[in-house]
Amino acid sequence: MRIGYYPGCSLLGSSREFDESARAVLKALGVELVEVPDWNCCGASSAHILNHELSIALPARILALAEQAGISEILAPCAACSNRLLSAQQELEKHPELLPGIEKAIGMPYKGSVKIVNILEVLDRLKVLISVLTTAPFRKKVASYYGCLLVRPPRVVNFDRPEDPQSMDLLLKAVGATPVEWPFKTECCGAAFSVTRTDIVAKLSGKLVQDAVKRGADAIVVACPMCHSNLDLRRAEINEYLQKEYAVPAMFITQVVGLALGLDPKALGLHRHLVPVAFAETAGVQS
Amino acid sequence: MNSGSHHDHHEDTLAWRIQQATGVKLAHCYQCGKCAAGCPVADQMDLPPCQVFRMLQYGLPEYDKRVLESEGIWLCLACETCSTRCPQEVEIPKVMDFIRGEALRLNLAHPRSRDILAFHRAFLDSIEYTGRLYEVGLVADYKVRSRHFLKDVMLAPKMYVKGKLGLLPHLIKNRRGMKHLFKHTIGKG
Amino acid sequence: MSRIGVFTCHCGENIGATVDCVKVAEMCKDIPGVVHSVEYKYMCSDPGQRQMQEAIKEHKLDGVVVAACSPRMHEPTFRRAAGDAGINPYMCEMANLREHCSWVHEKGEATTQKAADLIRVLVEKVKHNEPLHPIKVPVTRTAMVIGGGVGGIQVALDIANGGHKVVLVEKSPSIGGHMSQLSETFPTLDCSQCILTPRMVEAAQHPNITLMTYSEVEKVDGFIGNFKVTVRKKARKLDEHLCTGCGLCIQKCPNKKISDEFNEGLGTRTAIYVPFPQAVPNKPVIDTLNCTYYKTGKCKVCEKMCPTNAIRFDQEDELVTLDIGAIVLATGFKLMKTDAFPEYGYGKHKDIIDGMQFERLASASGPTSGVMKRPSDGRSPETVVFIACSGSRDRAKGVPYCSKICCMYTAKHAMLYKHKVHSGKAYVFYMDIRAAGKDYDEFVRRAIEEDEVKYIRGRVSKIYEEDGKLIVMGADTLMGGEPVVIKADMVVLATAVQSNDRSEELAQTLHVSYDSYGFFAEAHPKLRPVETNTAGIFLAGACQAPRDIPETVAQASGAAAKVVGLFSNEELTREPIVAVVNRQAAPVYSTCVGCFICQGACPYQAIEQEEIMARSGEVIMTLARINPGLCQGCGTCVATCRTKAIDLQGFSNEQLYAELMTL
Repeated sequence: MRIGYYPGCSLLGSSREFDESARAVLKALGVELVEVPDWNCCGASSAHILNHELSIALPARILALAEQAGISEILAPCAACSNRLLSAQQELEKHPELLPGIEKAIGMPYKGSVKIVNILEVLDRLKVLISVLTTAPFRKKVASYYGCLLVRPPRVVNFDRPEDPQSMDLLLKAVGATPVEWPFKTECCGAAFSVTRTDIVAKLSGKLVQDAVKRGADAIVVACPMCHSNLDLRRAEINEYLQKEYAVPAMFITQVVGLALGLDPKALGLHRHLVPVAFAETAGVQS
Repeated sequence: MNSGSHHDHHEDTLAWRIQQATGVKLAHCYQCGKCAAGCPVADQMDLPPCQVFRMLQYGLPEYDKRVLESEGIWLCLACETCSTRCPQEVEIPKVMDFIRGEALRLNLAHPRSRDILAFHRAFLDSIEYTGRLYEVGLVADYKVRSRHFLKDVMLAPKMYVKGKLGLLPHLIKNRRGMKHLFKHTIGKG
Repeated sequence: MSRIGVFTCHCGENIGATVDCVKVAEMCKDIPGVVHSVEYKYMCSDPGQRQMQEAIKEHKLDGVVVAACSPRMHEPTFRRAAGDAGINPYMCEMANLREHCSWVHEKGEATTQKAADLIRVLVEKVKHNEPLHPIKVPVTRTAMVIGGGVGGIQVALDIANGGHKVVLVEKSPSIGGHMSQLSETFPTLDCSQCILTPRMVEAAQHPNITLMTYSEVEKVDGFIGNFKVTVRKKARKLDEHLCTGCGLCIQKCPNKKISDEFNEGLGTRTAIYVPFPQAVPNKPVIDTLNCTYYKTGKCKVCEKMCPTNAIRFDQEDELVTLDIGAIVLATGFKLMKTDAFPEYGYGKHKDIIDGMQFERLASASGPTSGVMKRPSDGRSPETVVFIACSGSRDRAKGVPYCSKICCMYTAKHAMLYKHKVHSGKAYVFYMDIRAAGKDYDEFVRRAIEEDEVKYIRGRVSKIYEEDGKLIVMGADTLMGGEPVVIKADMVVLATAVQSNDRSEELAQTLHVSYDSYGFFAEAHPKLRPVETNTAGIFLAGACQAPRDIPETVAQASGAAAKVVGLFSNEELTREPIVAVVNRQAAPVYSTCVGCFICQGACPYQAIEQEEIMARSGEVIMTLARINPGLCQGCGTCVATCRTKAIDLQGFSNEQLYAELMTL
């Protein structure tokens, strides 16, 4: 399988372990990634707050570049990126009158022919292969956390079901994990307020951490860099808010799958978390 | 008689401008409060989403102004919980985006939105010049803009150790193209 | 040469204010064939009609054009008057000067000219009119009522008491419908079964009523007064005549863990079962999907136990065809299920129940004998949240309409709960309280004021489970949209009323219209609320739209009155506006070539094949023939006929061309 790849900015910086683990896992599964040449930022949660056109133009440039590179399907592991790409694509489909202005801004033709997929969709296609290749089942209780951007708004993303989604749970079961039944799979973590309103992030993410632990989760599994930074980098603030030391790690789905496939924890970037993945050596990897 | 509607369009109202820009008709909201009930930040908002809609439904300048000046509109996380569950299928976050833009345009944005705004502006500036987000630059820029110099001073070294802070920006090749893109979108307004 | 009279009506100001009626009357005098033309303020009034009748006699008119309002209302009036004056009623036509002219144009010369043109067109039509005669059809004076809930029972009893035979068809094993499942009824809190059971028994024992339970309508042919209805009697797997209803088979059936439909899944039943103790008829059925014998080929305990040897494992469904004169649809409704609510857990929480499940919990005959126990662990719920408009008035869930009954039953539920658990707390989330009805609003006030039910104006965004409680996340819009979180032990969703399963299929079988939600459509929303667009088929109850018991019963009596009215004559008179396939002398016989494209196009199955035979008995040709009893005069066959062999009486091609050519 060959697929276009748009890592996005977070995967180059604060969430580089998502990039490392996604590349490692997909390589192990025989997927060849074709990175979009000279890609730019998708605008994330800032562009649409300030300017509608900009929030379309930035993703449109990425998609146009992909088209030029002959990519028909593009994987955006970051949930925010895939959401922005899908939003822009649909906005241009619904409002073709915007297209000339956007094409002028990006200086390129835009056809809208690229199919955008998220990491869960790609892994789901490979689920049988993953369970066959699983050498070190991840025998942990996990809270699968989808966040907002993978499933909402359903009209735009059209992925899984908007409440209590199942795809990640099924994937986790396929690698030997036991997903806990919990109600906060798609509650918001505080998203872009990580820097500006850390108090809100501490409260919202705190609720998630507290409840996941209460329901017996050994790890919270995510597929979004924003969720991950809020649950991992902001753990100090969360713990301060909750007045308790919560040590439950937040892991990317690709890291969990990678461990189950027997990949080297270091190659999966597990050492980069602020909240240590304490069981990585013992549970995940064959001796 | 003019085409279609019997009603005057109150073109000076925020509600009318919202409908023009987003296609969302304020009258669709029947004030059930389901948006506020599920909103993760409603308890922090001076005006929860349903109240924002209620005020806009009047089409009166004084209520429009109160909405534009509210802090709540800046707290919307665009998590889309409200729009996903709205029985009338109103795209609330889309409306919030537009109201924020109007608040800025009319110089009515709430003073406490300054930090949030500073962040978003720093973010966009960063990608305007480099094409990709330069996280260190963003945080530094944000600190200057917001004057929260000591915010997160403890976090950065930890992130650096974990290899999460790239000290140099990732530059795309076609930076002139990026400038052009910004000039022809946000630069117009 | 025709002698036609034109009578122009001012309709008060309706036509007179925009059309110069005096001038119109003058202009019409010049139309060839018109021998008399006058105007009058109100032609439909008594003096107006008399004026027309006198003119018919005096001027020996052979045709009349009344230029007035829409023919919908007054065409029968003027045709009757014309008929009384001695000309064939179908020689009277109406030009619609009101809807087609004065109401849609400004006053002026052109408007007056258009009025005159409209009349000229109709004069031309009348010249080509042929006298027509009403069609008489016999009436089978037996009614069929489909659906044995409270509505169907009421219709059946009223028609039967009017002296006519009724066949009451019910798909489930017993009559009684939803009302038999209810605990108490609003706004009086009288016990539902106590008031319904006597009616059920009365229906069963009435000499004019034949019950067909566990039966479904499969096919309907024919037309008003002359339907042929095929009913599938599903096999109960026992001989109803031998069964005494002793219940031994039920007691001994080893298969006891089947989810009980009557108790809405909150209890269990056996494989051979009677849905509830007061069932009518009190004869069991075998649920072949769950019966051990049908699954494994072994068991037959019921057969061994039956003292009268009534069990028949080899019994098959039976198809019965009946002659029926009128049909009443009373097929009721269903409730949206709790699994239609993603935000409330897709139905996975046992303690989130729907309104009908609450009825069973509150009912003395229910699975808990009326004691408040929540389904998950049987504990008495200390806090119960009721959510009105669950799925109703909710476009996102495909139900934009109001389900009408929920406001009242939710108030009742909260009240019943408080009566049963005195220390309990009851909260109701609502959007509006719609309590229009006799003693209805007082009832809701009583729940709030005397039983201290807390009403919160807002919808609930999400419900999840935590530590054995259901966390209900709502908002109070009367407190500025403030989020309200209630930790509840049980949540009752007043889920939307929806059209019954397979209602659209049934509507198609009966050729009645239905709306986009599957509710059957009435012929007129105000003036013909219990009739359908298909003559001889009537409506009662919630199969038409959400309704409560008093409305259903009232509508049922209304439908019954329509049926009894229809049955008061031995013959029916119908308008002769039907299609006819031409017939000519031998050897042509007809311009019909027997392609029968019309037969497939006819929505009413009114077109038959007629064999033209020589004296020797040899079939010379097969031609189309239209049954005037079935034809509804829609004209579809006329349009499809390639050889122009079909014409619609009263609207023949010749007439229509004549109208057009005069313009």
